[in-house]
Amino acid sequence: MIETLVFYMFAITCVVSGVLVVTSRNPVHSVLFLILAFFNAGGLFVLAGAEFIAMLLVIVYVGAVAVLFMFVVMMLDVTIVELKQGFLNYLPIGLLVVAVFVGEILASSFAWHMAPEAAANIQAKTPDMANTSALAEVLYTRYAYLFQTAGLVLLVAMIGAIVLTHRKRKDSKKQVIADQLARDAKEAVVLKKVETGRGI
Amino acid sequence: MADIGLAHYLTVAAILFATGMFGIFLNRKNVIVILMSIELLLLAVNINMVAFSVELGDLVGQVFSLFILTVAAAEAAIGLAILVVFFRGRGSIAVDDINAMKG
Amino acid sequence: MSSILAIVFLPLLASMFAGALAFVDCGDDKHKKHKIDTYAQWVTAGFMLVTMVLSWLTFQQVGLGGDSYTVTVLHWIQSGDLDLNWALKVDTLTAVMLVVVCTVSAMVHVYSIGYMHHDPDVPRFMSYLSLFTFCMLMLVTADNLVQMFFGWEGVGLASYLLIGFWYNKPTANAAAIKAFVVNRVGDFGFALGIFAVFVMFGTVNLDSIFAQAGGLSDATISIFSGEFHAITVICLLLFVGAMGKSAQLGLHTWLPDAMEGPTPVSALIHAATMVTAGVFMVSRMSPLFEYSDLALQVVTIVGASTAIFAATIGCTQFDIKRVIAYSTCSQLGYMFFAIGVSAYQAAIFHLMTHAFFKALLFLGAGSVIHAMSDEQDMRKMGGTWKLIPVTYALMWIGSLALAGVFPFAGFFSKDMILEAAYGAHSAVGNYAFWLGITAAFLTAFYSWRLIIMTFHGAPRADEKVMAHVHESPKVMILPLLLLAAGACGAGWVGYSWFVGDDAASFWGNSILVLDSHPALENAHHVPAWVKYLPVVVGASGIALAYVMYMFVPGLPAKVVSAIKPVHKFVFNKWYFDELYDAIFVKPAFRLGSSLWKVGDQAIIDGLGPNGVAQATQDTAEKTAVLQSGYLYHYAFAMLIGVVSMVAWYVFIAG
Repeated sequence: MIETLVFYMFAITCVVSGVLVVTSRNPVHSVLFLILAFFNAGGLFVLAGAEFIAMLLVIVYVGAVAVLFMFVVMMLDVTIVELKQGFLNYLPIGLLVVAVFVGEILASSFAWHMAPEAAANIQAKTPDMANTSALAEVLYTRYAYLFQTAGLVLLVAMIGAIVLTHRKRKDSKKQVIADQLARDAKEAVVLKKVETGRGI
Repeated sequence: MADIGLAHYLTVAAILFATGMFGIFLNRKNVIVILMSIELLLLAVNINMVAFSVELGDLVGQVFSLFILTVAAAEAAIGLAILVVFFRGRGSIAVDDINAMKG
Repeated sequence: MSSILAIVFLPLLASMFAGALAFVDCGDDKHKKHKIDTYAQWVTAGFMLVTMVLSWLTFQQVGLGGDSYTVTVLHWIQSGDLDLNWALKVDTLTAVMLVVVCTVSAMVHVYSIGYMHHDPDVPRFMSYLSLFTFCMLMLVTADNLVQMFFGWEGVGLASYLLIGFWYNKPTANAAAIKAFVVNRVGDFGFALGIFAVFVMFGTVNLDSIFAQAGGLSDATISIFSGEFHAITVICLLLFVGAMGKSAQLGLHTWLPDAMEGPTPVSALIHAATMVTAGVFMVSRMSPLFEYSDLALQVVTIVGASTAIFAATIGCTQFDIKRVIAYSTCSQLGYMFFAIGVSAYQAAIFHLMTHAFFKALLFLGAGSVIHAMSDEQDMRKMGGTWKLIPVTYALMWIGSLALAGVFPFAGFFSKDMILEAAYGAHSAVGNYAFWLGITAAFLTAFYSWRLIIMTFHGAPRADEKVMAHVHESPKVMILPLLLLAAGACGAGWVGYSWFVGDDAASFWGNSILVLDSHPALENAHHVPAWVKYLPVVVGASGIALAYVMYMFVPGLPAKVVSAIKPVHKFVFNKWYFDELYDAIFVKPAFRLGSSLWKVGDQAIIDGLGPNGVAQATQDTAEKTAVLQSGYLYHYAFAMLIGVVSMVAWYVFIAG
């Protein structure tokens, strides 16, 4: 009973904040509502029994991604834009398409049932321990390579972000290896006749 | 609406997904909303993954959800970096002004 | 035997030689041009003179000697039941035509050496003249209808080329096209006639047709669900062809305009030879025509009507060549109504004599025009008979022959025709007779009107022109002398062979006259008044011309004003050209224009290339709207795609 209520609370809040993310006029509000959506999704995960994933959601998504969003929003000084007229033009067709889409998903999900041999296809059976331990047991053994790859992905993302936004300072000195390698003997060395005892 | 079953989770995920889609093409404000809508999409997928994982008793779903999270973070970072550079060059991130691909 | 091959093919060789010379570019080199021209002229004229001599020999051998033969040259068509060869049939009728064509053509060739001396395109002219002669000879020596049609078309082509010889003149071009198109109408009838012959007789070979004609005299042919007398249908269709070629009433409109061509052309083609092809063809088909009384009556009526019609117009015209052209038209009418009363021999006799004196008149007119510095309007001539006496005398001879004054050629042939018309003792015969008499009166009148206006009275041209008036050079006079000899003596000499006592042995099998058509026979036994009436009428015509133009010069103007509307009607050629313009030409232009603007441009181009191109462009423009450049539009498109696919799977395939 409590479970049901809690579930509905989390679910409705999540959905509503999701809608508000999209429709808010103030982008800062949008980010805040995104954070709220993440929190409630985390709550849903806890209800489902995957508390590690829930924590991860909060730490990573809210703590890192959403904050990053906030940084950028603040930095770019985005003005509060009035709802333009074109929005309303697109609304009916958009609503229709989205409604059809949702309907399809729901239709397929309610018509779904488990195949009989699905039980035999389970890759990693959930052991009877805490979620964190269970995940650790699987993650570092069977999916170790994937784990490392995920780390690489993050590395690449980091480098990419820096490279994209890096601005050169005009007064910083850097080596240009290509110029160094292309140096010619004629430019680099000047032969001077030196008289004995006089110097250059 | 008695026991919370798989269907309920799936419904929530579906609605969130739809909202995310809605946000991508219906917004007229700025590009950040698009990126946030993508995050909503990924969140909906995550919910789906975890729901099925719990239903089937298979941890693979949750492992995969982990990875999705990772990738989502990376992608958000890169996306925002691009946005910043774009803003530096254009001075505006209003959606209507980004039509250089016209024709 | 081989002389017929030489007769027919020497002109072709001459034409090809001269035609090749026409391509030689002389530029400004007068000496070279003179040399080229001389080669062209003497080769073509020389070959024609040889041909002329050979034709006289053939006439003596075939006509007088009674020999007749067919020479096969090449195998031509063998397709199903249709079997015909290139073959040259020579009998009396052919021999007569050979003499006429070759003599007149040779004289015209020689005359052209002088007349066209200053023309820039001499080789081309001589080549066309020889080409024409070749086609005409193919026509008269044809032993099957298809070969005759080849010759028929060939002379039509040569006529077009020669009328439009001075192609930089727009009136000449228009006249050439008019001649060709009107001829085409006739040729269509001729072609239908040939088809009908093939359907009925199973062959187009003349000898085979004539052999079967008697047996099929009552046969019927079914056309579009009606049954008609076959031979009548065939003869009427063939006569339509003859009407076109010989400028009979209805298809005559091209002949006056054909005077746009050089005068030798008018003499050769539109007086002596091409226009007589129709007469020849109907006479050649006499075994068929004899079996269709209706066709013969039609021929008589059309011929007589043409005779009077053209004579009336000839009285009002001022262009010297037009008067002679209408005179030709009128005389052709005479020949046809002679044929209509089954007096084919008289028609051919008149054809021969007419060739001589009409060519003489035309070439004489050419001399006059040449002397008057290319002036053709008789109102601007006059007072020249002392200055060009030879030409004057020759025109007198030609006119006397035309008017039918004893003992010149026309007297014998024309009077024979009129007597035969009377001797037919039928309604159409009488119609023809009286119209013929009236036309004879008018003929004499306008001939002397021409002579008096051209040569007598005070000079109406300015002094510069009058100072230049000179006699033609010998090369132009000599042919005229030979033609004059023919105009004088041909009638008297040929009378007994053509229509007199020796006629039966002379003609042999070449012309068939059934016993039911005794017109020619009766012509020898007509009452005296019929014999003398044409003479009286001719003399009175001459007298009236003298009165109106010599003695009382103000009289013509008074007469014209007295009968103004009639005169206007006749002067405007009975408004035939305007009638045809309204009925045929303008609707044809409208149809062509609408087919072009609506059918071609709007419908075919609109639905076809232009329309497809325009539709492609419109579709592309509309489709280009999809590429807005906005990312969210593209994302939306993707979404719609996904939704549709899923919907398809869920609702239809699932």
